[in-house]
Amino acid sequence: MTAIVNQSVVSVIVEHDKCIADKGCRICIDVCPTDILALDASDGKVRMVYDECWYCLPCQHDCPTGAIRVEIPYLLR
Amino acid sequence: MDTRNIEVDILVIGGGTAGPLAAIKARQKAPHLKVLLLDKANVKRAGAIAEGMDSVNNAVIPGFATPEQYVKEITIANDGIVNQATINAYATRSYDMIKELDGWGVKFEKDETGDYAVKKVHHLGSYVLPMPEGYDVKKVIFRQLRKAGVEISNRLVTTRLLVGADGRIAGAMALDSRSGEFVVIRAKAVVLCTGAAGRLGLPSSGYLFGTYENPTNAGDGYSMAYHAGAELSGLECFQINPLIKDYNGPACAYVTGPFGGYTVNAKGERFIKSDYWSGQMILEFWRELEGGNGPVFLKLDHLADETVTKIENVLHVTERPTRGLFHEGRGVDYRKDMVEMHISEIGLCGGHSASGVWVDENARTTVPGLYAAGDLCNVAHNYMLGAFVFGKIAGEDAVDYVAGKEHAAVDAAQIEAERARIFAPLLRAEGIPPTQVEYKLRRMVNDYLQPPKVTRKMEIGLRRFAEIREDLARIKASNPHELMRAAEVAAILDCAELAASASLFRKESRWGLYHYRTDHEARNDAEWFVFVEVRKGADGRPECFTRPVPPYIYPIGEAERDAYDSLRVEAPATLAA
Repeated sequence: MTAIVNQSVVSVIVEHDKCIADKGCRICIDVCPTDILALDASDGKVRMVYDECWYCLPCQHDCPTGAIRVEIPYLLR
Repeated sequence: MDTRNIEVDILVIGGGTAGPLAAIKARQKAPHLKVLLLDKANVKRAGAIAEGMDSVNNAVIPGFATPEQYVKEITIANDGIVNQATINAYATRSYDMIKELDGWGVKFEKDETGDYAVKKVHHLGSYVLPMPEGYDVKKVIFRQLRKAGVEISNRLVTTRLLVGADGRIAGAMALDSRSGEFVVIRAKAVVLCTGAAGRLGLPSSGYLFGTYENPTNAGDGYSMAYHAGAELSGLECFQINPLIKDYNGPACAYVTGPFGGYTVNAKGERFIKSDYWSGQMILEFWRELEGGNGPVFLKLDHLADETVTKIENVLHVTERPTRGLFHEGRGVDYRKDMVEMHISEIGLCGGHSASGVWVDENARTTVPGLYAAGDLCNVAHNYMLGAFVFGKIAGEDAVDYVAGKEHAAVDAAQIEAERARIFAPLLRAEGIPPTQVEYKLRRMVNDYLQPPKVTRKMEIGLRRFAEIREDLARIKASNPHELMRAAEVAAILDCAELAASASLFRKESRWGLYHYRTDHEARNDAEWFVFVEVRKGADGRPECFTRPVPPYIYPIGEAERDAYDSLRVEAPATLAA
């Protein structure tokens, strides 16, 4: 639930050049169990918006362009 | 706050493991019925097996085990407090379910002759069937859902069940966590498959979502069943798991054991005879950690390089595939390093321990038309395969139940009260963020409920929980996502109160660490060879009572019953000089 504002260390890292959410892709947003991914209004790409990641990997595995890399949340590393 | 109304014959809540099977089996038996499967996440990746599973922990396969052996082992492992009829209902269907899943495309390990490659991990028998390619389970099941014509709705957070004036189940109410709509679903039967209460204790990392269970499984089902008047069972029998420290996920000894891995203390010595997760094993684990012999490790560094590679190819691709990433981050290589373990915060989970919504061998709860299956129901040690089997049982029985029935009549006030409760945090101008209330609640669960259980601590815990209940009326949510979290906090609070109440009620110790009470240290079969049940009393508060253990189908001999009490490796007698 903790909203992420101006935070650079998130566990779901989206490579903006590869992300095709601006072309209508919603796969990672759809499969995330905790519903923490959303469109960034500024560029139409995906961003992690809630610090509620289970580091489970459906977003990374289901991304059609390989744009997502999941890291272990900082508190657990 | 728009309202969406839906009417179906059978509503299945929870799209993880048990739920999809309930929906598929209901449609296969009665293709004319309208069956809706909903999930608070997305059915494609919902539940405990979102990333697949690395092994079946309870396969009952001819040639390796019989239903009688299995039922007896689970009875002994749970200190006798089981309803053998439910465990037998699973055991007698276990092999058929494996074959059906195999036919659908789920991959189980087989030997060179094509036989299932069953391994021994339990204390007595052999029931573990590895799934080295088990990452596709959800995709296989999803194809079957499509084929069976099950309707699916995602991102619906069910918050309360609807109960008809005649006491029958009448449907459920949900929040759409994307649109913020209020959804009222009328159904003739409801199958609850909402999984464990996985967000009860706070992980030692402090990260709210760093849980063993999929954190979507916040305990919603326990709360919903309780408020619908259903009987819950064994909530004092906590789930506590031996896990990779900090990562807080399974190591996993069930996978590594058959390859030669085992658990050791700081001296590198074995101290438990079996890595199978029983309360007694966890107690020995805890004693080792607390008694000056910790840390405790999973030892694999003695294994051949190619064996370790095989283990990595299971553990780092299925169930919790970020295990490899975690080890890499710390520079841990199984070939030369041991894996530091700890025991987890508490949860409630029938699949691993023996707690949950009371069901009979037909998956029926005590509320007519309401079923429960999977980790939510109290069928001991039922795991993934048991969830599939009880889902199937529930779905098929629900078809018979709804035959010739109309939807139960519902009082509109019930719906309006729930709408007001769920949306209140959004309407408030200001208040406490749901995360803060959740953090405090779960920290109190750690402080006062984590075993060993102390009467005075649990009494204080109940006082803190009552104060937090007052705080629910001060939670502020800014959007439907936060509203979902606020609803979950209320469910977690119900689970905490129910777990504390049941724990105080059972005045003895049982199930190793799961219910280890310092004020009542011994097991007392004379007075407590019974289930402890809890339901909502007339005053709206938890009411505890006992339920006799039904006569056994397979009696347990005196010589067998204590097998799980002697899990500690005794020091070998030293020879006289």
